[in-house]
Amino acid sequence: MDLTLSDEQRLLRESADRFVSETYTADHRRKVANDPLGFSADIWKQFADLGWLALPIAEAHGGLGGGAVEVGILMEAFGRGLVSEPYLSTVVIGVSLISECGTEAQKRALLPDIADGSLYLAFAHSERQARFDLADIRTTAKKTSDGWQLDGHKTAVLDGNAANQIIVSARVDDGSGKPGKLCLFLMPKGARGLALRDFPRLGGGRACNLELSGVQLLADALLGNGNDALPAIEAVIDRAMAALSAEAVGIMQTLLDQTLEYTKIRKQFGRPLSANQVIRHRLADMAMQCDEARSMALRAALMADAEPIARSRAASGAKAKIGKCARFVAEQSVQLHGAMGVTEELDIGSYFKRLLAFDTLFGGSAHHYRRHAALGGRAVQA
Amino acid sequence: MDLAFNAEERAFEKEVREFIAANLTPEMKRATALTPSVFSDPDIGMAWQRALHRKGWGAPGWPVEYGGPDWTPAQRWIFETECARAGVPNVNVMGVKMVGPVIIGFGSPEQKNFYLPRILSGEDYWCQGYSEPGSGSDLASLKTRAVRDGDDYIINGTKIWTTHAHHANRMFALVRTNETERQQDGISFILIDMKSPGITTRPILTIGGDHEVNQVFFDDVRVPVANRVGEEGKGWTYGKYLLEFERGSGIASAKLRDALKTVSSLAESDLTGRAIDDPDIAMRMSEIEVDIDALEMTELRVLSALQTGQNPGAVSSLLKLRVSEIRQAVTRLGVDVIGNDGLYVEPMRPLYRLNEAPGIPEEMLPVVPEYLNGRAYTIFGGSSEIQRDIVAKMVLGL
Repeated sequence: MDLTLSDEQRLLRESADRFVSETYTADHRRKVANDPLGFSADIWKQFADLGWLALPIAEAHGGLGGGAVEVGILMEAFGRGLVSEPYLSTVVIGVSLISECGTEAQKRALLPDIADGSLYLAFAHSERQARFDLADIRTTAKKTSDGWQLDGHKTAVLDGNAANQIIVSARVDDGSGKPGKLCLFLMPKGARGLALRDFPRLGGGRACNLELSGVQLLADALLGNGNDALPAIEAVIDRAMAALSAEAVGIMQTLLDQTLEYTKIRKQFGRPLSANQVIRHRLADMAMQCDEARSMALRAALMADAEPIARSRAASGAKAKIGKCARFVAEQSVQLHGAMGVTEELDIGSYFKRLLAFDTLFGGSAHHYRRHAALGGRAVQA
Repeated sequence: MDLAFNAEERAFEKEVREFIAANLTPEMKRATALTPSVFSDPDIGMAWQRALHRKGWGAPGWPVEYGGPDWTPAQRWIFETECARAGVPNVNVMGVKMVGPVIIGFGSPEQKNFYLPRILSGEDYWCQGYSEPGSGSDLASLKTRAVRDGDDYIINGTKIWTTHAHHANRMFALVRTNETERQQDGISFILIDMKSPGITTRPILTIGGDHEVNQVFFDDVRVPVANRVGEEGKGWTYGKYLLEFERGSGIASAKLRDALKTVSSLAESDLTGRAIDDPDIAMRMSEIEVDIDALEMTELRVLSALQTGQNPGAVSSLLKLRVSEIRQAVTRLGVDVIGNDGLYVEPMRPLYRLNEAPGIPEEMLPVVPEYLNGRAYTIFGGSSEIQRDIVAKMVLGL
């Protein structure tokens, strides 16, 4: 049992913290907010040079073989700077889906391109009717003479506009009328029949909705060999939630630090806000919730490779608990900044919005407490 | 980073399990389960202390030269976790975990030689004389006076909320030996024989129906100056040192998990009409379980820091806040789980000495008393409001 950072992990943290604090200034954020890409391709190249894009790729495929803890270290630093590069979509989710489901040939073809920064990926899975149920997929894939035809819709596709390839989930329609196996397909962004509606995302970066109308794909677009992909999707989303949890910790800590600073400087009634007990206790509660969030994010990372039920309970537990803590810390940060907190003149609002997006992504607190309960064999019907 | 224990630690875990299996009698286990208050009664608690002492495990946190087992932080974690899982009695923490470390840290050689073995063996039973009727959160305002008279102090005043004073043969107390400008500077730490003439003890019954705490009166009580620990006027420093131990540099998550498991078993039982099938109960169960997961990870992070010689920082107040709040959430859920059976009042104490079958299933008996008794968790050892003050000052630097 050892929860201290190894020397490599400490170095990774130091270099990530340094890079983020030097690069992601408020000016930089304003610039990319107006950029149609939503992030900087130059910075992505630097991520590649730093080895961060190869971090979770297996050594056998030219990567560094890092785990969820190392990814979490990076993500926490990313949270502190509100990094908007598509790391979650391409590296956390993309690499995991390819590694879990892809054939050896697909891994050889795709993973090195991710590592060198030339391949951006997005994952198109959520659908409107499903809310956050990972199994509720109505997009269909029909076998054609030379490949597949995909029809359906997808919502909240993170970083889809930047992606060269979008990984789409669909149920294979075998003509029996029953829902078929859930499979994953690699779809080029320019595919015919694909309509992509791109929009700026709450809290930074971009996302899109997709309409797939008779999208034709070649036979080798199928990721893997056609086994049901749901267990892999669940594992990958658990991993993504662990990574997002670490990012949320970085955001929460920044909000706490900035609020602490502000309440020391801001004077009313002839004394700093922080001289008031009601403010001090609020800050103590914020600090406590930041610390609990840190513990839960670490726990989710350490359990990312555990057996499925323990892994999913850890991921849902973290998502639920941190979602709750994040809302508290975010809302209190705005509250303690007074009217300034609701303006665009301070950074507080950007961090606030990113945490709101965090709580929503892959399901909010209530959803994940229910999933945690259900996986523990408890009643969950509303 | 790794959550798993290594081979040596696994072997130790096995040794602890075997020790518990060989020494924890069904009577001790039942009595512990049926004790709604914080500490086991001395007949139960001290029997366990003697068993631990025989094994050389009487004082886990002490240095080896005073009879500690020289465990690593991970071994202490394993020990506490296994004890909680098995439901062992709570030993008298006022001796082993409170006054013991103070005597080790600041006591004279004579005090160490006399008191420490008696704590280890369970021969002495200690109580803590800190709070007074006029000095709760503002502890430093305490007024119990110790006036020098030759080789003695003469003590007058009163202490309150004194847990198990009615069982204890010794008390460690903070007394005022001097009127100083800064009131903390006039306080000394003193060891008192509870059989001394002039000491009377009044029981205070608490809302859970337990006699756990007392008020103790001192009327011209003579205590040798040799019983003062450390320097005169330094008692506040020693007392705060002890409070940090009380607030849980300790390991509480395992006990909370065990308490939640008890509630969860009741909720899954037909005795409660399967309360767990109520989605509200199920959700709250998950919320508390996740809170305990977070607490456990924080404790493990502290432990890891200690293990590698790092300073974990001022986290004891953060932990005390969370532990007390989670304890209250668990006991509150327990009350909701047993439903109508929570209306049944059993005045007899201790519950494990009940002569006839109670009107509700036995395992439900402590549920409401535990909830009522548990209201004290956010009050004793420095109230939650005081803890938040400490966090603001020590953790946030405000």
